[in-house]
Amino acid sequence: MNFKLKIWRQKDAKSKGAFETYHVEGISPDTSFLEMMDILNNNLVHEGKEPVAFDHDCREGICGMCSMHINGHAHGPEQAVTTCQLYMRKFKDGATITIEPWRSAAFPVIKDLVVNRSAYDQILQAGGFISVRTNSVPDGNAIPIPKADADESMDAAACIGCGACAATCKNGSAMLFVAARVSSLAKLPQGRVEGARRAKAMVAKMDELGFGNCTNTGACQAECPKSISITHIARLNREFLSAKFKD
Amino acid sequence: MSCFLCNSSLGKKLVMSVTGCCLVLFLLFHMSMNLVAIISPEGYNMICEFLGANWYALAGTVGLAVLVVLHFVYALILTLNNYRARGTQRYAVTVNEPGVEWASKNMLVLGVIVVLGLLLHLINFWSKMQLVEIMGGEGSTVGGYFISAHDGATLVAYTFSQWYYVVLYIIWLGALWLHLTHGIWSMFQTVGWANDTWYPRLKCISNIFATIIVLGFMAVVLVYFVYNLCGGCSACAGSL
Repeated sequence: MNFKLKIWRQKDAKSKGAFETYHVEGISPDTSFLEMMDILNNNLVHEGKEPVAFDHDCREGICGMCSMHINGHAHGPEQAVTTCQLYMRKFKDGATITIEPWRSAAFPVIKDLVVNRSAYDQILQAGGFISVRTNSVPDGNAIPIPKADADESMDAAACIGCGACAATCKNGSAMLFVAARVSSLAKLPQGRVEGARRAKAMVAKMDELGFGNCTNTGACQAECPKSISITHIARLNREFLSAKFKD
Repeated sequence: MSCFLCNSSLGKKLVMSVTGCCLVLFLLFHMSMNLVAIISPEGYNMICEFLGANWYALAGTVGLAVLVVLHFVYALILTLNNYRARGTQRYAVTVNEPGVEWASKNMLVLGVIVVLGLLLHLINFWSKMQLVEIMGGEGSTVGGYFISAHDGATLVAYTFSQWYYVVLYIIWLGALWLHLTHGIWSMFQTVGWANDTWYPRLKCISNIFATIIVLGFMAVVLVYFVYNLCGGCSACAGSL
């Protein structure tokens, strides 16, 4: 398969970027998107050109690094996958593919397709944890947890912090990420204890870092590679408001 | 606690939700009141007299004005924030994500149309009814006729005898419908009273509620317009 790639190139955080067009030929339909990018970079290196910088790590859909906005979709046109799980058979032969970095004020571009997502780490540091004393490992079923609660918590915990939600949101809102983190802990007895403090601290940090306000469009859940539902945003709203009203 | 309504994103959204809810309930009341104008113009004028320049109607008017201003000013603040959060560089390629309603992405635009329609509506009716009473007048001259401040039915009949007002009001009500279809379920989501089971139900309720409200308002506009067109023949002379 042959493709025409329009890729955002930007030297560093301060430079002004622009699209550049490249051609890749003889790509197997079973090539993953990131492998196709590797082939392109290999060609560029052989031509003595600067390869395209892009984030990637595990290449099995769990690290959340492969942030690319492909043809208007975070992680490309396939639903519920990361860029590394996207295969070139999803595209038509000869198609033009536009690849952009995440666009959000809180995720500044560092180089080409690489953005700084440390804002999400800062939100996590503000409250996305439980405080436990280190000791011997507790027994697995010491605290019984209803199956439905455990399931819901695990659905939220599937969040890989890739940033697709804020990158997709027309308001640059990080609500789905914050909601997933708050929700996964709030549904478990171990996380329940610090629920109020966590919701307040994480929302305050999210606001401070310049993320936007949720307007309930639902675009985030449509583009989330882990299909995390906005039902968790409703839970975050509940957690936050009840915590504030108890103050 | 007092300031989280001003300085937190979720606090500001709570204000949007609560003021929006009050305004939706007001719309339901206003629409029910208007329907009386179709059934009995005399009955409608009785309501107009009841809601004249007395303390409870004035308190209600001030309350509504505060709600509208709060809802609109908070919407502007939130949207400005959102615009900044999006960053200066935008995507070259954008798509419509599956399951995302058009209205949900255009609430401010729809809101501005609703506010502009509201201004026209205040000029058309409020300024010739309650405002006249507040100023101590008896009525006003509209289109060459003197219309009493309590004679809402005649004012409605006169206004909707002009086709351009009918068109403007239909556009206004269309924008209101779109605004409500997203706004009503959204206000439940914002206070946290929603989940995956309830999203389809809440969206269905929003669509039904918005349709009932808008059809109720539109019925009055169209009934009076059509009545005026056919010149008030004997078939409906008794009712209007």
